[in-house]
Amino acid sequence: MLFCIPLYVPNQLVYGGNDLSKSALVIGGGIAGIQASLDLADRGIHVYLVEKDPTIGGVMCRLDKTFPTNDCSACILSPKMADCNGHPNIDVLTYHEVLKVDGEAGDFKVTVLKKARYVNPKECTGCGDCIAKCPVKNIPDKYEFGLVNRKAIYIPHAQAVPRVAVIDKTQCMKLNKDKCGNCAKVCGKGAIHYDDKDEEIVLEVGSIIAAPGFKVWDASIATEYGYGRYKNVVTAIEYERMMCASGPDKGHITIPYFKVDSSTKEHPTKVAYIQCCGSRSEKKGWKKYCSSVCCMYATKQAMITKEHGDLQEDIFFMDIRSYGKEFEAYINRGEKEYGIRMHRGARVSNIEEDPVTKALTINYTDDENNGVSETFDIVVLSIGLAPPEGAQEFADTLGIELNKYGFCKTSVFKPLETTRPGIFVTGAFAAPKDIPTSVAEACGSSAKAGAWIVRKDFQPCAPKQYPAEKDVIGKEPRIGVWVCHCGINIGSVVNVPEVAEYAKTLPHVIVSSQSQYACAQDCLESISKAITEYDLNRVVVASCTPRTHEPLFREACRDGGLNKYLFNMANIRDQCSWIHMHQPEAATAKAKDLLRMSIAKAALLEPLVGSEIPVTNAAAVIGGGITGMNAALDIAAQGFPVHLVEKDTELGGYARNFNFSEDGKPVKEYLKELIAKVEKCPLISVHTGVTVKDIPGFVGNFTLRLSDGKDYPVGGVLFAVGAKPYKPTEYGYGTDSKVMTQIEAEEKIEAKQFNAQNVVFVQCVGSRNDDVHYCSRVCCASSLRNAIKIKMANPMANVTIIHKDIRTYGFREELYQMASSLGVRFLRYPADKGLPKYDGKTVKAFDCTLGDCLEIPVDALILATGIAPDRENKENLAKMVKVPISKDGFYFEAHQKLRPVDFATEGVYVAGAAHWPKFMDECIAQASGAASRMLTVISKDKLISEGIVAGVNEALCDGCGVCVGCCDYNAVNLVKQDDGSFKSQVNPGLCKGCGCCVASCPSGALEQRGFRNKQIIAEIDACLDYPVGGE
Amino acid sequence: MADFEPRIVTFCCNWCSYAGADGAGVARLQMPTNFRIIRTMCSARVDPEFILRAFSKGADGVMVLGCHPGDCHYIGGNYRARRRIALLRLVLEQYGFDPKRLKLEWVSASEGEKFQKTVNEFVDTIKALGPTPLKKEEA
Repeated sequence: MLFCIPLYVPNQLVYGGNDLSKSALVIGGGIAGIQASLDLADRGIHVYLVEKDPTIGGVMCRLDKTFPTNDCSACILSPKMADCNGHPNIDVLTYHEVLKVDGEAGDFKVTVLKKARYVNPKECTGCGDCIAKCPVKNIPDKYEFGLVNRKAIYIPHAQAVPRVAVIDKTQCMKLNKDKCGNCAKVCGKGAIHYDDKDEEIVLEVGSIIAAPGFKVWDASIATEYGYGRYKNVVTAIEYERMMCASGPDKGHITIPYFKVDSSTKEHPTKVAYIQCCGSRSEKKGWKKYCSSVCCMYATKQAMITKEHGDLQEDIFFMDIRSYGKEFEAYINRGEKEYGIRMHRGARVSNIEEDPVTKALTINYTDDENNGVSETFDIVVLSIGLAPPEGAQEFADTLGIELNKYGFCKTSVFKPLETTRPGIFVTGAFAAPKDIPTSVAEACGSSAKAGAWIVRKDFQPCAPKQYPAEKDVIGKEPRIGVWVCHCGINIGSVVNVPEVAEYAKTLPHVIVSSQSQYACAQDCLESISKAITEYDLNRVVVASCTPRTHEPLFREACRDGGLNKYLFNMANIRDQCSWIHMHQPEAATAKAKDLLRMSIAKAALLEPLVGSEIPVTNAAAVIGGGITGMNAALDIAAQGFPVHLVEKDTELGGYARNFNFSEDGKPVKEYLKELIAKVEKCPLISVHTGVTVKDIPGFVGNFTLRLSDGKDYPVGGVLFAVGAKPYKPTEYGYGTDSKVMTQIEAEEKIEAKQFNAQNVVFVQCVGSRNDDVHYCSRVCCASSLRNAIKIKMANPMANVTIIHKDIRTYGFREELYQMASSLGVRFLRYPADKGLPKYDGKTVKAFDCTLGDCLEIPVDALILATGIAPDRENKENLAKMVKVPISKDGFYFEAHQKLRPVDFATEGVYVAGAAHWPKFMDECIAQASGAASRMLTVISKDKLISEGIVAGVNEALCDGCGVCVGCCDYNAVNLVKQDDGSFKSQVNPGLCKGCGCCVASCPSGALEQRGFRNKQIIAEIDACLDYPVGGE
Repeated sequence: MADFEPRIVTFCCNWCSYAGADGAGVARLQMPTNFRIIRTMCSARVDPEFILRAFSKGADGVMVLGCHPGDCHYIGGNYRARRRIALLRLVLEQYGFDPKRLKLEWVSASEGEKFQKTVNEFVDTIKALGPTPLKKEEA
């Protein structure tokens, strides 16, 4: 048995003993660390998750909403936090810090400091009685970024995991002056222990993942913006808390100065956002790089602020960098639908404050080049991302190197590896990045880290044990109801207390309560407890959508000893409060109806048991480019066979066309080595020159059917089919020898055959236009790379880049700075007026900065052509496994934020340019991410199938056989009975649970478990037998 | 009649249209409150009996929303739903019940906007048709 329970015995207890398989260590409990831990744990590897703060959740759990879906951050993260905390393979060590890393990859000995909490987490119930009685106030609350104060004993926040108090030893009167002692006096559980001591423990681990995240840039460095002096200038992260329902103002955005002097108005009518605060500048204390996420989060904040009330909002920026999936559409929506005023090319130089009214004035130039002076109530500084606090000490402790910006040093070809073998990096510690990229990388680093642990004698951890399920058959339904406020997502529209009260009047409802976040750990625990306490045999939660949260609540039911199919959900957020925001009364009535329908069905639910499905321990990877090959290697590294399918006759994909070098190494050379590695790997079967005919089957049991007539059983499928370059029709491409694409230019430059004097680059050819709405992400950087090479070879060349925005996010900003310093000219043309004109000799373009049309002579016109989705190829494959395609023609993942490489269809994954245009390092990281997700499935011997399948009541079946023809999966058959008659029979292993046969049965003999006729009819009746709103 | 608020029962399949309805929520697309969604795994699970039940209980309209043809999560469930509903419409018409009160539409997981449009149009249709005759008889 591998799973070992850590016992905190003083004086260095060593655990993770030698005869056991090694554990993994994840440092940092933000979204990246959480995801990495979950993937490792689901792979059967034991994980220590070390977090220096008293709670996991990192920055993400303090955000209000997330772009580009405007999902509530707490709602989508809480399930993962709860999952982490309850996972039998994860030891969450909060308030711990890594002190020393000895040993080497595969055999690290890590010394960890367990900081004294002075509260025993096993005894603390998180009731908060101690906090109420603590006399030490006025300590700036770090969690709220100092917006409010906390006590000396505190629980970090309402959704904290674990939800346990902690004493701030620097502030506590008892610990410092031996006075007070109130908290110990009021604690009914005796959980307070003033004699608690810091302890050192040693963990033996095979590999380490560093995910310490980032810190926000210190805005007081930007003295020109008056942060700290002007009350109404706030940082974006503070504003995030101001907007958030769980924030200090409960989501009511007020003008900060209003609080100190109520002579001014309370709610803002004008808010400005200043971009690149702390980023993209040579100024002292500022960062040269682009922080990658600020354009998007500022737009999000502006959109969400609009939802709080009608007001004017202005965003001042140099370039808008909406390079990610669906980002461009999001920005357009902000501008066009929400009416956010976008001021392009506007770096705000300073802010002035009116000494009396505290209103803030910004001077800027408008699109017509007029000087404008405008006053705002609040100015939000879009501060950048900096390396985490103490990054250098942390790096020294781990024995890894940092890059020149102070982030973890990685390389393009090894984006997840630090400079020390066996230690991997994920999240914003490697570079500023958004949540989905962090999540994909987190999965990726767990694939890498896992490979050091999964060796020949590896024994996966035993699965989770649940309490015995209570017998509910034949018992009167006893239903517990929880109605969720979801911060203000539901509560600001639907009258939640009224709905919760209403539920009490409905049949079989024993208990009904409301919760700020039903998905938070404390509520989940109360659901589990209530099952015993009130002897509940059904649970109903009215909150968000079952598509994301049903598994979490089902798990809470199982923890409480209830079969998970005795749970039902009412969707009163996505399908009610969010779509009826301006109709609170009607929305409340609808929420009551939906809850009543859900309860009516719940009363008729039965316990179901899924059957065991064997899993084929092999993977299929479709696409033999850089993404596909890297994923195949990562899967094979953990001992599983891979079928790598490439439709071309050789491996390499589109990267074969690349001529440039990364990290001083030509891509072609890297590719050669990669192909050699793949071909040498005994576990990888390469199938080139063949296409995929079909992929019948389901999770754990697919058949990969190839065009050469061969079939291979596999447990999961990864689509790494890439995209294809946009083939330009613009500018007489193909007929005019002066006009070429980036790749063609690059080839000439590398061959030293490029000698044009007047060079013009045109950006966004085949991107960001009326047909292709998205940004192709990589073209700006490749134009700059080529422009730099041209200038280096011939400093006298006239190089002009005609662009809408330059999108060199992250450290790629370096290219922009270098090109500028080499004298490359940049001409910004209007984003909405079509491409500049070219007559064979000159390019005519409107220069937004000059406000005039320029004519530029051309010897070489280089088109920054975008990336086309290759929709047809994607659709063919998509149909085989039933996965969706986004409106832009790329694969549509299960969840844009937190499941970036999964599909909603289990066992099918996506990575690389098939998901969205991206750079090589991003493809490599995502490939590892998809490999990790694949490993969580194919490493298992068996899966438990869904219990929702069809069944036959033989007493009613008269053997007509209508159902047999109905089933597309051959799951229904007629079986001859002893008396010569026929009865229908369902094979639960083949049944997918669609219920098609059930609806076809003329005698009512077929039933779909979980969706029985009587259950659905109960919903219909509950809807219509009552007046709207049930009153 | 001006303040007639129709009651509409909507069946959504788990994989496409229910996800599309969620997508409408995520995008905060606003629409009337007149409909109540019942989730089934596939549009083919929607037994004509359910639709008749809803009408007999006084629903002014019923929508069945499924995956686009060819995109069904379960191979061809939506084709079967289409056939059943086509037939049911004929039956409704024969009994003097306006088949316009029953709508079948395809909404994919990424089509929040289409979901909104479908709801808006159907609410308008039903408002134009007025309250269900079955309800009037009862009263």
